Amino acid sequence: MKHTEKELQALKEEVNQMWKLVLSQLEKAKQSFLTGDVEMAREVASRERRVDAFELKIDSDCENYIVLYSPVAVDLRLVLSLIKISITLERIGDFAESIARHVISGECSPLDPQLVEDLQMEKMFDILIGMLSDSFVALESENTKISGKILSKDDEIDALYHNSLDVLTNYMQQNPAFIRCGLKTFLLIRKLERIGDHCSNIVEEIVFYVDAKVLKHFESGESKI
Amino acid sequence: MIATRNIDFYYGDFHALKDISMEMQANTVTALIGPSGCGKSTFLRLFNRMNDLIDNTRLTGECLIDGQNIYHKSVQVDELRKKVGMVFQKPNPFPKSIFENVAYGLRVNDISNKSFITQRVEESLKAAALWDEVKDKLKKSAFELSGGQQQRLCIARALANSPSILLMDEPASALDPISTSKIEELIYSLKQDYTIVIVTHNMQQAARVSDKTGFFMLGELIEFNDTKKMFLSPEKEQTQNYITGRFG
Repeated sequence: MKHTEKELQALKEEVNQMWKLVLSQLEKAKQSFLTGDVEMAREVASRERRVDAFELKIDSDCENYIVLYSPVAVDLRLVLSLIKISITLERIGDFAESIARHVISGECSPLDPQLVEDLQMEKMFDILIGMLSDSFVALESENTKISGKILSKDDEIDALYHNSLDVLTNYMQQNPAFIRCGLKTFLLIRKLERIGDHCSNIVEEIVFYVDAKVLKHFESGESKI
Repeated sequence: MIATRNIDFYYGDFHALKDISMEMQANTVTALIGPSGCGKSTFLRLFNRMNDLIDNTRLTGECLIDGQNIYHKSVQVDELRKKVGMVFQKPNPFPKSIFENVAYGLRVNDISNKSFITQRVEESLKAAALWDEVKDKLKKSAFELSGGQQQRLCIARALANSPSILLMDEPASALDPISTSKIEELIYSLKQDYTIVIVTHNMQQAARVSDKTGFFMLGELIEFNDTKKMFLSPEKEQTQNYITGRFG
């Protein structure tokens, strides 16, 4: 393997490490939210700085790679994708941290278990964790066959998000004292919905890298290239 | 427009170009890239029939400029070369003054009108972005110029005969980055008036200056595509392997 390829592999490995960290952050945010585990939430909040550090390092290393090696074709697409993926992972990390801070504040945590069940929040978390881990595998294997499946999961997230509005409205009507927590809960669900969008963006970047196709802002099956 | 149809070219028994068909639109820059010995310079030299000067060569297929096959027996090679200028890898000014270097092509074509020659020399030097640097020393020897200036002088010399096509064989490979940048800027501005075909080993240069890029390997045209497409998402794996340095 040429040294330029080794450098690219090292960049990819850095993003993989960040990916694993963000995945772990999301899993722990889920656990702490569902169980009200403040200690675990604190762990998520404190590890957020590592996520930020990864983003800065990857950004700088990608800039250096472009400056030193002037990549083209598949190499250029990979570096561009890695920059965008690391930015997106950092945002997902931010959302995981804010879920953890919600738990740490203790104001509305833990929620009524029946409400959590009606809102299907555990399912939302599980779908998101699945999207993030499946997209990790897609990049690792450079196989985009599962991209459509991952993207379709975002539709499920959107459906759950829209359903949550009705569930929360009913719950708040029956429990007026819960309105403030109800709004905070809706903001949390909104964050989960945004994580779904970010996971979709990551998949689009992988498709751009592997297949040289631009899926962004296009209906499924249609692409610019 | 320049076009080739099913061109095969042989140096003796060596099959240097294999069934090459491509079209280059007027007022565009086409870059030809590929490893040494792939046939790109041979291909470039087809358009001003420079290969005619080499013994024991053979050509089949058609090479068209504005619809005319330039290898047809009715074509006068001298007339063709007025229409198709060429710039080489190393600047090759004549041992004459700056003025005479540019005027040379006009004089050998029996143009003797002094004011016309003076006007044409000035226009050519301006088009080659050299006028401001040499206007006060036109009688000085061309050898007093820097390498980059000499190369622009050679471009001015090629432009003096008012060609419509400019062939460039690695025109900046012997120049420093500043001179290279000037040549690239010049190429960019010249395409308004000329159709340019450039052979280069410098991939970034091909990406910077050309509209279309052709990748040659072992005498075959592997891919001919828009330059942006070529360097972001080439269609052929061989192209990708070459431009990303994965050959060998």
